[in-house]
Amino acid sequence: MKTVEDLKRMREQFQSQTKLRHAGGIQIIVGMGTCGIAAGAREVMSAILDEIAKRKLQDVTVRQTGCIGMCEKEVLVDVVRPDEPRITYGKVTPAAVAKIIGEHVVNGRIVEELVVGKISQ
Amino acid sequence: MRELALHILDLVQNSLEAGANRVLLEIIEDSSADTLTIRVADNGRGMDAATRRSVIDPFVTTRTTRRVGLGLPLIDMSTKQCEGYLKIDSTVGQGTTVEAVYRHSHLDRPPLGNLAATVKTLVIANPEIDLTYRHMVDNAVFSLATRELTEILGDMPLTHPDVIVWLDEYIAANEANLYGGVQHENS
Repeated sequence: MKTVEDLKRMREQFQSQTKLRHAGGIQIIVGMGTCGIAAGAREVMSAILDEIAKRKLQDVTVRQTGCIGMCEKEVLVDVVRPDEPRITYGKVTPAAVAKIIGEHVVNGRIVEELVVGKISQ
Repeated sequence: MRELALHILDLVQNSLEAGANRVLLEIIEDSSADTLTIRVADNGRGMDAATRRSVIDPFVTTRTTRRVGLGLPLIDMSTKQCEGYLKIDSTVGQGTTVEAVYRHSHLDRPPLGNLAATVKTLVIANPEIDLTYRHMVDNAVFSLATRELTEILGDMPLTHPDVIVWLDEYIAANEANLYGGVQHENS
């Protein structure tokens, strides 16, 4: 069973690793208003976290946000890569998460068929 | 919503949208009183008495009060279907406490559901929020505080792959322990 001691050990190992680039990392934002939650946002979030763990991605941060008014397109997931437009994906399912992460987050190729919005910085 | 754990996610999102940076989330299962209580206490901006009274009415919700929306009416309804109630205390400038109480053994009570996924989401996606989670099952308690984790982790992010895996297993194991490590309605 995992303990707080395991976490402390993890922290010590982390310090000994080479410096990681956290500033300028990629942000993933999941809509978690009532509409998002009812549409399955928590399962999408879990799938995102599982994928980050599986691929051992170290420069990705995950955030939650509220309702942005496109309730009918929930679950909404935004991917923000440094110096690139913010891409909003709609009707995201846990099954689509691997594709969004594999294509867009890791390789920078936007998954066009799921895009519902693009905001230039 | 089919799981109380999803209502809990919704309640904490309300706190975040009220500008809270400190949230106490408690789940108290008391078998002698036969109650299941969910309590979310925040230090957000709070509501005046008129707003507080209106938030469980889905039809008075406007865009300016959108942070409430359908969430609280749905919880209010689910508590009432289970001989329970929803109580909201709020003070402008100080914060809000929402308490949802269910008869634990009521046939219509939704299962707690995947609490581990809810707690993991809340902790990882809101590292700057001082969230304390406490789940009590009679005399057994499991608690987890974001600040305790970030104090240990320092500049190691909560989204680090190893931390995600650790949180997953840590929460799941401790939740199972609350029920004596046996299979229960949430597993």
